Amino acid sequence: MSGPASRPEVEDFLYQEASLLDEWRLPEWLALFTEDAHYLVPATDLPADASPDQNLFYIADDRYRLEQRVARLMKKSGHSEQPRSKTRHMVNNVRVTAYEADALCVASAFAVYRTKDGVTDLYVGKALHELVPAGGSLRIRKKLCALDLDGLRPQGRISIIL
Amino acid sequence: MAGRAPDDGSNFVKIDRSRGTFKVSRRAFVDEAILSAERAAIFDKCWLYLGHDSELAAPGAFLTRAVGGRNLIFNRDSAGTVRSFVNSCPHRGMRLCRDRAGKAKHFQCFYHGWIFGNDGKLIDQPGGESDYAPGFNTDCSADLVPVPRLEQYRQFWFVCFDRNAASLADYLGGAREYLDLTADQSEAGMAIIGGAQEYAVRANWKLLVENSYDGYHAMTTHASYLDYLRNTVGSLSRTPIDGVARDLGNGHAVVEYTAPWGRPVASWIPMWGEEGRREIDAIRQRLAARHGEERAERIALRSRNIGIFPNLVINDVMAVTVRTFYPAATDYLEVNAWAIGPSEESEWARKFRLFNFLEFLGPGGFATPDDVEALENCQRGYRNHVEAPWNDISKGMLKNQPRVNDELQIRAFWTQWNQRVAAHRGGGGVPA
Repeated sequence: MSGPASRPEVEDFLYQEASLLDEWRLPEWLALFTEDAHYLVPATDLPADASPDQNLFYIADDRYRLEQRVARLMKKSGHSEQPRSKTRHMVNNVRVTAYEADALCVASAFAVYRTKDGVTDLYVGKALHELVPAGGSLRIRKKLCALDLDGLRPQGRISIIL
Repeated sequence: MAGRAPDDGSNFVKIDRSRGTFKVSRRAFVDEAILSAERAAIFDKCWLYLGHDSELAAPGAFLTRAVGGRNLIFNRDSAGTVRSFVNSCPHRGMRLCRDRAGKAKHFQCFYHGWIFGNDGKLIDQPGGESDYAPGFNTDCSADLVPVPRLEQYRQFWFVCFDRNAASLADYLGGAREYLDLTADQSEAGMAIIGGAQEYAVRANWKLLVENSYDGYHAMTTHASYLDYLRNTVGSLSRTPIDGVARDLGNGHAVVEYTAPWGRPVASWIPMWGEEGRREIDAIRQRLAARHGEERAERIALRSRNIGIFPNLVINDVMAVTVRTFYPAATDYLEVNAWAIGPSEESEWARKFRLFNFLEFLGPGGFATPDDVEALENCQRGYRNHVEAPWNDISKGMLKNQPRVNDELQIRAFWTQWNQRVAAHRGGGGVPA
């Protein structure tokens, strides 16, 4: 990629990410992440700058634990997603909010629908991606999903990837 | 009546000591009348967890919380006294405080403007001097209504809606020893860590009670979590899961056991490296200096899943979680869960405590979602309760000392549950 990625390029990337999740192609989704990546979902009562080292999140994965999360979700013994739920990741309001020396900061709005056993749950919020150019494409160095919810009621769990 | 559901309230628990069986009626999980009886006989009578002292750090601090079907204010007034009021304006009953948490000298109801001090006293209301009779509030009926009973044990604050209940200390009884083992982990006082996990389960609340200290389900329900631990170099010691279940009286129960996972207080695993070993050694030494070697070892090396009847769980495992829950319906429960740790712990220890917490616990962890899936599918299974009426809770029934993977702790809960619900419904309690 020559020069910083344009918004359409970023949007294509995020839509591709959403598609991999919805098709349960999780190993390919994982390959979008850098080796030092983090995937974060804060508790809903925390301030925006809260650190997962000092505050309780729902999810605070480093790359290793993200790999293990994917491995778990691909197993029959990952009971919470067996049989697999249907999901649809909606991504919109995409903005490149900062061009840093080696990364793009991207803000988007997300709405993820999860259907299992006759129940459809909605997860809605703001996603912040840190994207780094890599080999003509982009890689995710950080993905933070801040839920616009008061908690996980009635959803109860984040057993899918947002 | 083998094989048939009971048709009155007196026999939801069926015990056959000679055969070593303990059965619980699945109707207890689906029947609206039972939920009503539980509200009256359990949630209106028992001590219920409200919050932790550390959540009200400074005078004026407040938070609002749903407990036992009520909306409560939990606050520290300007003089430093901890209080709890029902969150309803005395004037017209509007929910007075609409913030989750904050700091306030006064609470003002926006509906008509009545203002209360953080000690609950009515300070002023529009039209007060001209429109209300002199001495309008001399009977204090226009002050905020305090909860009938409010007491603490080792920083854990509880409310009780039965004015005549025994003291909290008496109610906790044998469970105090285990709250002590949690509280004694800190020199300066335990503290709730920022970030609450508030979630729901589409299942009956008693399923979460059972699950929270069920040592029998781990190998299958949490197979993928155990795979993760085995895959993760240095995440496990050689210590096996081994220990006992204890009935603590009054429906409280515990499982206490050794386990291979690391504990921030204070059981080291190789993954934490040499820096971690130094930290853990120092924590162990301070524990021993305060409590003696034997007690320090118990605090540090044993895991404990503690159930305080009816709805408080303290799981002192690879991290410590405080979890309380309440049934909004027979098939829907709401959970509030927090992480708790020593207020004085280092940044290193706090970081690993939270890392440990999230790998197992909570709605995004590697284990709790599978529990939720299991509980929700139990609830679905109970649609067949007429044809298949009984749950089996017999494991370890005839052992002198049931083990961590037996079901004594669950029987302790049900025995107390049955006594309270049956007494309320005019039945005879547990048939011996």
